[in-house]
Amino acid sequence: MDHLPDLKTLGLIGGVLALLGVASAVLRALKNREASGLDTAMVETFRQRVRAWWVLFSVLAAALIIPGRLVITVVLFGLIAFWALREFITLTPTRPGDHRALFWVFFLLTPLQFVLVGVGAYEVYSILIPVYAFLFVLARVAMAGDSKRFLERCAKIQAGLLICVYCLSHAPALVTTLHTPEDDWDPAALLFFFVLIVQLSDALQYAWSQIPSKHVIVPTINPGKTWEGLIGGTASVTLIGAALWWATPFSQFWIAAAMSTVISLTGFAGSLTLSAIKRDRGVADYGTLVEGHGGVLDRIDSLCFAAPVFFHLTRLCL
Amino acid sequence: MDINFTRNGLVLLARFLSGCSVRWIDSQPDTCQRVYFANHTSHLDAIVLWSALPGKIRELTRPVAAADYWTAGPIRRYIANHVFNAMLIDRTKIKVHNSPIDMMIRQIGDVYSLIVFPEGGRSSGRDVGEFKSGLYYLCKKRPDLELIPVHIDNMNRILPRGEVLPVPLLSCITFGPPIWLETGEPKAKFLARARDAVRRLKEI
Repeated sequence: MDHLPDLKTLGLIGGVLALLGVASAVLRALKNREASGLDTAMVETFRQRVRAWWVLFSVLAAALIIPGRLVITVVLFGLIAFWALREFITLTPTRPGDHRALFWVFFLLTPLQFVLVGVGAYEVYSILIPVYAFLFVLARVAMAGDSKRFLERCAKIQAGLLICVYCLSHAPALVTTLHTPEDDWDPAALLFFFVLIVQLSDALQYAWSQIPSKHVIVPTINPGKTWEGLIGGTASVTLIGAALWWATPFSQFWIAAAMSTVISLTGFAGSLTLSAIKRDRGVADYGTLVEGHGGVLDRIDSLCFAAPVFFHLTRLCL
Repeated sequence: MDINFTRNGLVLLARFLSGCSVRWIDSQPDTCQRVYFANHTSHLDAIVLWSALPGKIRELTRPVAAADYWTAGPIRRYIANHVFNAMLIDRTKIKVHNSPIDMMIRQIGDVYSLIVFPEGGRSSGRDVGEFKSGLYYLCKKRPDLELIPVHIDNMNRILPRGEVLPVPLLSCITFGPPIWLETGEPKAKFLARARDAVRRLKEI
């Protein structure tokens, strides 16, 4: 299963890194010409995104190319999930009675999920958290003997586990589960395609939402997300997905396009949901705590929602 | 085992478990003699605050900790005595002729800095408790020491009272601008001022 990347994968990875190089060069040129007439806030957002992409894609590319790449990729996503869960639970008020349940959530259930994904045990990892961790959290919090807002507290822990750990673990599952020795496609390309489309749909939705006539979708949750952004972003990412069809294992180009549409829509749902959670918690008040940590959860919200859907659809289509 | 290896290992472990971001607000790390005084909500406070200091300053900084906790069991004793060179105070034997303040002043000489928790014990974490008078008497005898207020946020959720195993949430340590004991400043006024200096850092 763990062979070296094929030419298509290298082409895809090389293409993305080359595009990032162009983006960095453009940014440098913009820096030298202050009066370019462009919105400085927008340039700054773009600059931050490009920086984050360099980190994300070079780490992912390294993990997908070097020998032992499947293990490294799974460990990488495991660490991201662990960190995202820390941010999630830190932002969520818990009571002392939740402490021991949380200990097992962090140090047993999260690593176990990724070990199971690593060995490709689909039958086990697909139910570990939705069934067994679900029941365990309820029982362990009850054992602690604090009944105040019991259901609410359990639900918060369960939601954190499901979003940050379970859903995200479906991204490395793309490389450990779906590929059989007879297949002649490279699982690394599938994961790279997925992450790339998620990031592009984030960026393109943001770019399209900058056009003047704005129809905000849910003003009370996130005033930055508009219908123009969602439709324009999804349409453009669908075209890009179709154009990248050669790098994917899908048999028809329209499947790659449809997958990109679905990724864009689920990614939108993910970042909207995380916006709702942040807004409820009034993150501005708590921002100091996560400041300097880069906000991993902010970067992967759309990835978390898109991963299980893309995984299951791919499983059906291959 | 090499002590520096253990020390660096413990610093990394403390930083990983506490996930702490460190902020210096109107304040700079310095090797001059200082007293870092902080709110106290968890047994991890001393070790995490000590780990948050830059390496060179850390070597010159000694946490003041409760002897009853840090001598219970060989691991804690080893960590307190050898790794972070703690100054252990027996809370049951504090008397006028055996004042811990005199011991602190003797032991820091003109080299070491101190980490103290003036609340005396751990508070619930919601608000900073009233300060004990030790900080005042320390400054009265050594008015040259810079007092650095430190606010530790969220540590009580990482390792709360009565728990042994930590939950690795994120925390934040904020170092504030130095204060000094003013000449002739009354005890109660000084202690309230010091406490406010810590509480203010929570809001920033």
